[in-house]
Amino acid sequence: MSALPTSLAKNPRLGQWLRFRAEGVVEVRSGKVELGQGILTTLAQIAAEELDVALERIAMVPAATGSSPDEGVTSGSLSTQDSGTALRFACAEARALCLEAAARRFGVSAASLRLADGDIHAADGRRTSYWEIGDAAIEGRDATASIAPKAADARRIAGRSVPRTDLADKVLGHARFIHDLALPGMLHGRVLRPPSPGATLASLDESAAQSLAGVAAVVRDGSFVGVVARSEAIASAAIERLRAAARWNELAALPDASRLDEWLRSAPRETTVVADRTAGGPRPARTLKASFTRPYLAHASVAPSCAIARWEDGALHVHTHAQGIYNLRADLAIVFAMPAERIVVEHVQGAGCYGHNGADDVALDAALLARAVDGQPVRVQWTRADELAWSPFGPAMAIDLEADLDDAGEVLAWRGATWSNGHTMRPGRAKIPTLLAASQLATPFERSLCVDPPFASGGGSQRNSVPAYDFPRVRVECHRVLEMPLRASALRSLGAFANVFAIEGFVDEIAHARGEDPLAWRLRRVSDSRARAVIESAARRAGWGSAKREGFGRGIGWARYKGAGAYCAVAAEVELTHEVRVRRLCIAIDVGFAVNPDGVANQVEGGAIQATSWTLKEAVRFDRTRVAADGWEGYPILTFSEVPRVEVEVLQRVDEPSVGAGEAAQGPTAAAIGNAVRDAIGVRIRDLPITAGRIAAAALAEETETA
Amino acid sequence: MTHEPPMETVSLRVNGRDREARVAPDATLIELLRGPLELPATRFGCGTERCGACVVLMDGSPIYSCTLPAAAAAGRAVTTLEGLSEGGNASPLQRALIAEQAAQCGYCLSGIAMRATALLARHRDPSEDEVRAALDPHLCRCGSHNRMVRAVLRAAREMRESEGTSA
Ligand code: FES
Ligand code: FES
Repeated sequence: MSALPTSLAKNPRLGQWLRFRAEGVVEVRSGKVELGQGILTTLAQIAAEELDVALERIAMVPAATGSSPDEGVTSGSLSTQDSGTALRFACAEARALCLEAAARRFGVSAASLRLADGDIHAADGRRTSYWEIGDAAIEGRDATASIAPKAADARRIAGRSVPRTDLADKVLGHARFIHDLALPGMLHGRVLRPPSPGATLASLDESAAQSLAGVAAVVRDGSFVGVVARSEAIASAAIERLRAAARWNELAALPDASRLDEWLRSAPRETTVVADRTAGGPRPARTLKASFTRPYLAHASVAPSCAIARWEDGALHVHTHAQGIYNLRADLAIVFAMPAERIVVEHVQGAGCYGHNGADDVALDAALLARAVDGQPVRVQWTRADELAWSPFGPAMAIDLEADLDDAGEVLAWRGATWSNGHTMRPGRAKIPTLLAASQLATPFERSLCVDPPFASGGGSQRNSVPAYDFPRVRVECHRVLEMPLRASALRSLGAFANVFAIEGFVDEIAHARGEDPLAWRLRRVSDSRARAVIESAARRAGWGSAKREGFGRGIGWARYKGAGAYCAVAAEVELTHEVRVRRLCIAIDVGFAVNPDGVANQVEGGAIQATSWTLKEAVRFDRTRVAADGWEGYPILTFSEVPRVEVEVLQRVDEPSVGAGEAAQGPTAAAIGNAVRDAIGVRIRDLPITAGRIAAAALAEETETA
Repeated sequence: MTHEPPMETVSLRVNGRDREARVAPDATLIELLRGPLELPATRFGCGTERCGACVVLMDGSPIYSCTLPAAAAAGRAVTTLEGLSEGGNASPLQRALIAEQAAQCGYCLSGIAMRATALLARHRDPSEDEVRAALDPHLCRCGSHNRMVRAVLRAAREMRESEGTSA
């Protein structure tokens, strides 16, 4: 018997993972949720494979507390690994138990039975099926992991590209998002967010809103203000009246947005050493140094966050698009000082989710407002402006790198340091709730501070901060900033985005300093064969070394996500006109065994396009007091005509374990673009985003230096 | 308590059927569609004509339903994503979107599908750049742009081919 996979050990009861329905359907429950990434298709493929049924027979049940396995948060590119592995073992065992039950019934050996799409045939013609005996066969059984899942060469469904099970409905207009739920008797809530992150409510005349027809309740609890009304439009009108009537105390508590790195380096911090291999070594001939930065980034989902909450007899029911139903439930239980068992949290799909966004926060908003109208569901949907200004941001970072070089320009020692807030403050993990409104109540909870997961499990700001090259000596420090004027949390790939941008940019500089081709340098300094394979594949596809057109530049970057996940290399081609245009990205990705290769390609392509947007355009704007709350006008993202051509090659490795695909491309994309810009104009931009203005300034500085 | 202004009746043609509903006088078209007409596939993203999630066709032209007063659609013909698959048959564009697996979360998709439908109606052979330019008012945060562009080009190709065979 092998050790139980983590998720199965935590939720061993087989019946919690799957049920057989009489009409020939297997209901499969995972604790992971669909975020637009296609995970439910991947998990369905895995279940169909191990159960030997057609993919169409698998019905993935949306996660809900109580009935779904607790698998924590759908994040960190861990879903295929966690839930997929659990399902492989659970379904393999369920299949075996069904065959055993059928064998007992017929008085034959299990090995003599034939299984065909859920039907079980005995040699003498007798037959039964999963649908008949399946539930009884697994009833009360805990997983033992004693049945080995299928070997790679026996797989028929997993490992092949299949259409996403949810996309046709979305294209045809049949799909329902959380925004579309219309529960009987449902009312609409809105929240008056403060004008700035640190503001407290000084006074409020509620009467103007109360007198509005259709307003069911005005809720005020400390600095948390909201309304419940018959329609969204009325709720919105009431909020505007309250906005006009509210007086706030504001503080100029935000750092200088144009000098974020200075603030990061001077704020109180906690320092940890991520890597320390520094003993001995010859004296360097010279030392290269460079600093890189990234600004605060917004999730900027196309849909505003939304939730529905309803109280009845002191119990709370919440519909949410959050990434962790049990985690959200735990935080709600703290806020309302009630047992978690009195709360049900159900997942309903929202728009694409790229990390810890406002989904959990809006659920608390809805629960707070619904208290005013016991028994009635209250739907809260944030405004676009609130979505961009109040969802937690991906934190700003500064990264310092140094390399000691010998006479030949080879690296003798590497030193790195990251300066950043921690990269996560997800709900359900601490004694204080991290939900936005919790710190604004009359009896407020302390504001949470972001932490970094340990480096061994991927890290946060230190994620991918240790270079994967064969350097004799490496020291990397992580300075976690302990004040958090802007509320931050996990954004896709966490610190890896900026760390890979910095490291891969800096090694380009090291290669250039030796006069060596950056691709050749990398291939010389990387020994891991899977890493070499993605680098070579991306470079080949991009036509590395072929002649370039005037005004164009080429760059490459790669990383193994978290040092233990997917290998990804990106080769970028940029064109510099009066602006920076990324024309083409050639990507090679190795996620081990790719269950749905087209799903992997889709995720990687999407991730690379989003990262191109971060790299070229994005930065949250704020002054010393307020975050700009002007919606999309103030936070432009990449448009259709700015999107580069993207070619993705999935290197299928059937014998390797599956790892996630969604966060592998971000860092390499930024790095490849930065390196391509340097290749085109000979100037390196180390501060994100790489804008035309920054390029012009850098070129000018270079000229003055050399003049 | 202030009095609510009386509701107004709006009559219009939606997805080929005559419909009538009562809405507040300042209601927008998207409120009418998602509310009383129960057509939720038209999606709200920003409310300020900046993302395109809410785009529907009015008399064949793309418009932002998040800002258009419902009253302005009175007597007009409105098409939403639900209306593209007449009689349960997916439109050529819808088939192409599925074939290209052209979405991740799909939230942005309905507005984009409506804009693309309008483009294909007036342009039987658009170039890739023309498709991109046409879709520029639409935001997609998941990065499904290229698959969507490919789907529009595929739909155009298939529509031309089927014209050819039926001619
Ligand atoms: S919702 Fe209408 S353009 Fe964004
Ligand atoms: S597919 Fe998610 S926003 Fe476009």
